[in-house]
Amino acid sequence: MEKESFVSITTLTKENILSLLRDAEYFEKHPNHKVLDGKVVATLFFEPSTRTRLSFETAVNRLGGRVIGFSDPNSTSSTKGESLKDTIMMVSNYVDLIIMRHYLEGAANYAAEISPVPIINAGDGANQHPSQTMLDLYSIYRTQGHLDNLEITLVGDLKYGRTVHSLIMALWYFKPKFNFVACDELRMPNEYKEFCDQHNIEYVETTDFSEEVINKSDIIYMTRVQRERFSDLMEYEKVKNLYTLKNSMLEGSKENLRILHPLPRVNEISYDVDNNPKAYYFQQAKNGLYAREAIICNVLGVNVRKELDNE
Amino acid sequence: MSNVKKELAVAALENGTVIDHIPTSALFKVASILDLQNIQSSVTIGNNLESRRMGKKGIIKIADVFFPEIVLNRIAVFAPTAKINIIKNFKIVEKYAVEVPHDLIDIVKCKNPKCITNNEPMKTHFEVVDKENMVLKCHYCERCLDKDDIELK
Repeated sequence: MEKESFVSITTLTKENILSLLRDAEYFEKHPNHKVLDGKVVATLFFEPSTRTRLSFETAVNRLGGRVIGFSDPNSTSSTKGESLKDTIMMVSNYVDLIIMRHYLEGAANYAAEISPVPIINAGDGANQHPSQTMLDLYSIYRTQGHLDNLEITLVGDLKYGRTVHSLIMALWYFKPKFNFVACDELRMPNEYKEFCDQHNIEYVETTDFSEEVINKSDIIYMTRVQRERFSDLMEYEKVKNLYTLKNSMLEGSKENLRILHPLPRVNEISYDVDNNPKAYYFQQAKNGLYAREAIICNVLGVNVRKELDNE
Repeated sequence: MSNVKKELAVAALENGTVIDHIPTSALFKVASILDLQNIQSSVTIGNNLESRRMGKKGIIKIADVFFPEIVLNRIAVFAPTAKINIIKNFKIVEKYAVEVPHDLIDIVKCKNPKCITNNEPMKTHFEVVDKENMVLKCHYCERCLDKDDIELK
């Protein structure tokens, strides 16, 4: 079997993405599908991330595989100075697949190079978190029925938020139109605006989270504005409430609008939005399970839909 | 005697490699990339020599050593103007300009302190994404390096 790791969203083709989305759709209907019987998967979390780890481990369990691993880097030999290479080489002796989260950027790419078994990147520093991007894409696909020509508004921390950066890179195949809503301190970096220019993606940049922007959006993707990102705390106090979504702001919004958020949220979405049928962030987190089941099967070369056709 | 080659300030080679037209600021980086310190045959290094084309230039002559082209192209990162002369029997048998390679393995250091290459005993790997302006992208952390940020590993 060809070893195929899942490290970065930027290496996926449009066909790869659509195929993963269709697999995720299948797993939403059949979350328990024992295709990993007899397989052992390692979850190596060199940096704690409970949400991501539970989602991956649930996915493996629902596919009938077994999980080994660690969630606390202090309990591993990397604290004794063992290199990442040695850890990967040791663990790959035992398992069929490694799911890894690391605090260093590029760690997943390196692990994929040296490991004899496939690697799934569950986040490497500020670099990539491709399973998050897949679940975001699946949530958009699931709520809109397609990914083409959507108007997507990204709000909050557009400077450091890697989820919004990856989303731009992944959506370019589908001719989106973006609204970037952020204060000056947390504007979208030039690198990504240049990416949009190069790929003929339309975007509007604004500091004003206005009804006009809300009313034309198909998707609003909210992100957390973090206090520690500000050099000037006065500035933080000034902007923290400017990018809060309240239920009253959604009155004139489109029928198909859905609100996404990678969670955890703090105060950027008011609790009164939760009961609005347009709020989708909790289902979005649930979609992480289906997207991750699809990614795991893809990496292990299990063709889910082909098996389905044979049933 | 107007046809006497005045610029022949460094002794001629019988056999070997001459690297000419090296920017003066890049000379010692070139020497380091080619690991000249560990070469046993005679090596002549000249810097700040007069050059019609460049004003001042550096030159390196290495006796009896012929590097593969892929090795010599590594110096293009710092010395894109460099010209290679292959000498056999006191004659230039081959002459070419170095060309920036697509991949740079273990030559340049990543600027990102959180990059895996700065925290693990491993080779660095950069892709040259813009040959004109010498922009490099780390194969691992995906950060870009501008010309002014490029540092030898």
